[in-house]
Amino acid sequence: MAHEDSELLPGETPVRFLDQDGRALDETRYPMPPLSELQAAYRALVVARRINEQCSALVRQGRLAVYPSSHGQEACEVAAALPLAERDWLFPTYRDAVAVIGRGVPPAEAMVLLQGDWHSGYDPREHGVAPQATPLATQLLHAAGFAHAAKLRGEDTVVVAMCGDGATSEGDFHEALNLAAVFGLAVVFLVQNNGFAISVPLSRQTAAASLAHKAIGYGMPGVRVDGNDAAALLAVMHAAVDRARAGGGPTLVEAHTYRIQAHTNADDDTRYRDRAEVQEWVARDPLIRLRSYLRVCDALSAAAEDEITAEAEAVAAELRDALQAEHVPDPEDLFRHVYAERTPRLEEQWAMLADELARDAESEHAESEHAEHEEAR
Amino acid sequence: MTRLTFGGALRSALHRALAEDDRVVLLGEDIGVNGGVFRVTDGLQAEFGPRRVIDTPLAEAGILGTAVGLAMHGFRPVVEIQFDGFVYPAFDQIVSQLAKMHYRTGGAVTLPITMRIPVGGGIGAAEHHSESPEAYFAHTAGIRTVVASTPQDGAVMLRQAIACDDPVVFFEPKRRYHVKAEVDERVDLRTALPLDRARVVAEGTDVTVVTYGAMTGVCLDAAAAAGDEGVSIEVIDLRSLSPVDWESVEASVRRTGRLVVVHEAARHGGFGAEIAATLTERCFPFLEAAPVRVTGHDIPYPVAKLEKHHLPDLDRVLDGVDRVLGRVAASPVSAEPAPATESLAVRTPEPVR
Ligand SMILES: Cc1ncc(C[n+]2csc(CCOP(=O)(O)OP(=O)(O)O)c2C)c(N)n1
Ligand SMILES: [Mg+2]
Repeated sequence: MAHEDSELLPGETPVRFLDQDGRALDETRYPMPPLSELQAAYRALVVARRINEQCSALVRQGRLAVYPSSHGQEACEVAAALPLAERDWLFPTYRDAVAVIGRGVPPAEAMVLLQGDWHSGYDPREHGVAPQATPLATQLLHAAGFAHAAKLRGEDTVVVAMCGDGATSEGDFHEALNLAAVFGLAVVFLVQNNGFAISVPLSRQTAAASLAHKAIGYGMPGVRVDGNDAAALLAVMHAAVDRARAGGGPTLVEAHTYRIQAHTNADDDTRYRDRAEVQEWVARDPLIRLRSYLRVCDALSAAAEDEITAEAEAVAAELRDALQAEHVPDPEDLFRHVYAERTPRLEEQWAMLADELARDAESEHAESEHAEHEEAR
Repeated sequence: MTRLTFGGALRSALHRALAEDDRVVLLGEDIGVNGGVFRVTDGLQAEFGPRRVIDTPLAEAGILGTAVGLAMHGFRPVVEIQFDGFVYPAFDQIVSQLAKMHYRTGGAVTLPITMRIPVGGGIGAAEHHSESPEAYFAHTAGIRTVVASTPQDGAVMLRQAIACDDPVVFFEPKRRYHVKAEVDERVDLRTALPLDRARVVAEGTDVTVVTYGAMTGVCLDAAAAAGDEGVSIEVIDLRSLSPVDWESVEASVRRTGRLVVVHEAARHGGFGAEIAATLTERCFPFLEAAPVRVTGHDIPYPVAKLEKHHLPDLDRVLDGVDRVLGRVAASPVSAEPAPATESLAVRTPEPVR
């Protein structure tokens, strides 16, 4: 597929529709999404923020082992899932629980990984969502392969593959983009450039003018978009998804955003960034921006807001309920699904563990009987 | 002597290496201002500058591959891999390049690269953060593979690894990072126990338990518990998995006649197989019983809530000791036929939680 350079290079400035006060800017590169979609996006944003807050609280209460929050990046999470059709697929990272839920995965199932109950709590085939990937950029190749399969099968399935700015330095990132471009695959690579890979700033990941500039090297278009402007993200993602579906090949979308929380609860971000910088980005909150615009357009009534808040609260309550119960996974799960059929070796090891557990239970029982006996004396 | 954690002792070794040798440079992810996710490089960039303590782009193959180039041009790179599960992108560079360069060039090129890798489980982490990949590396000729398990060994072995002209994979058991002890930071490397020597950490006469890394602590507890019941266990912290100090281990096994090998990693093709096989070859006439392996199961590393059922603990080690002493059947299932294997294809899949 030959392209003119000018078609592949990102614009001078990121695509942006809205300023922070909700005023529409003079953006002519893409059409503004319809109000009805922006209303749906706002609803999703509010739910997303509530999920992030709830999960961070659940970490503090010891109910979740870890939570890499997408607080501040919710517009990207929402725009990754909303433009997809049911038959499409999403290939997310550890930070993208909100996008996973946006595809229809029940929140409680999306948290199974971070709860330490199982490595993935949902059936990827049911929702068109690959397991959340932790080894960086590995999922991008799976996304390309999946899109290759769709192409070979004559389907018009589109795949959105997500990663962070840091992950763009991994070899797998380059291989995935190259393969997708060479085969003309229906993949939209969505890079959330939140400025940091844990403590390491973007300047350590690339010397290019932007991450979107990498696209031209593979022969695909690169687009820069304001990652805190849900309207701009939706416009860009829709265009890229439509293009992919029509057989136009992959697109690299770089969304400029910011991680408001530390990398995870285990990280201390005061070691590597200024509070003032964080505050600047708090002021660019994606929720406030879209809300202001909808209010200016008279497209968000007080009643609608109440309803959205109630919906978000319901999702938070669902999460709390699901994670309140101290669920103990079945030890036999250790040996299930290692292979299609359990090997004799694994049967033997399960028998050994079952024996250990039985003896533990016996000695616990004996101890408690002993304690009761002591008490009775 | 200074009271240091295992992590603090490693930091002390890095500090010393940077101060003593201009050719030493540190490379890794988040090792600069952040001081590494386990804080082993805390403050080193502030002291030695960003030209010596280098935050790299996020690319493990890139880090290892460029370390090869740096070493070819006179540096002694010390690489930090953030977690065991993230060394795999660098595996090609390690196995195909790093391990073979000296050999390929007829000894003309030496690659004095130290690869620090946090290793093992038991910390309640999510997937890919608790791997035990030591057998892959120990299997690869041309690189040395060592595991330190105490603050004192951390302080000395890391300096020895950096001073060594061979590439060294240096495993740091995560569960030990916060273990504290008195450490002599000024040990003279010329008189210290050499890097490739094992250490007898508890003396005993009935059973030899060979282990390394975080399992050393578990085995010492087991030795104490067994001692209370009149069984005398010798615990050997192997320290170096490649090469192995066969002489020390063999001497012990010849005395006790009984061998138990303990590691967290899966059993199949695990490092315990090498220990058991070699000692069987070398000490067969002295063995009173077949060697016993006490290991993790042959499964991908499990989720946090189940890891306690995967990792060998005190009881599992004592079971192994009982078995080698002939006190129980060799395996709990050997008495009865193994249950029939079930086909998952004909079963409705159970929910995964
Ligand atoms: C191959 C690999 N190396 C290292 C890590 C450890 N790690 C997890 S997240 C992370 C930073 C990733 O940054 P970025 O891609 O920008 O995503 P963000 O966390 O900012 O969303 C690192 C280094 C990993 N998960 N995988
Ligand atoms: Mg990032």
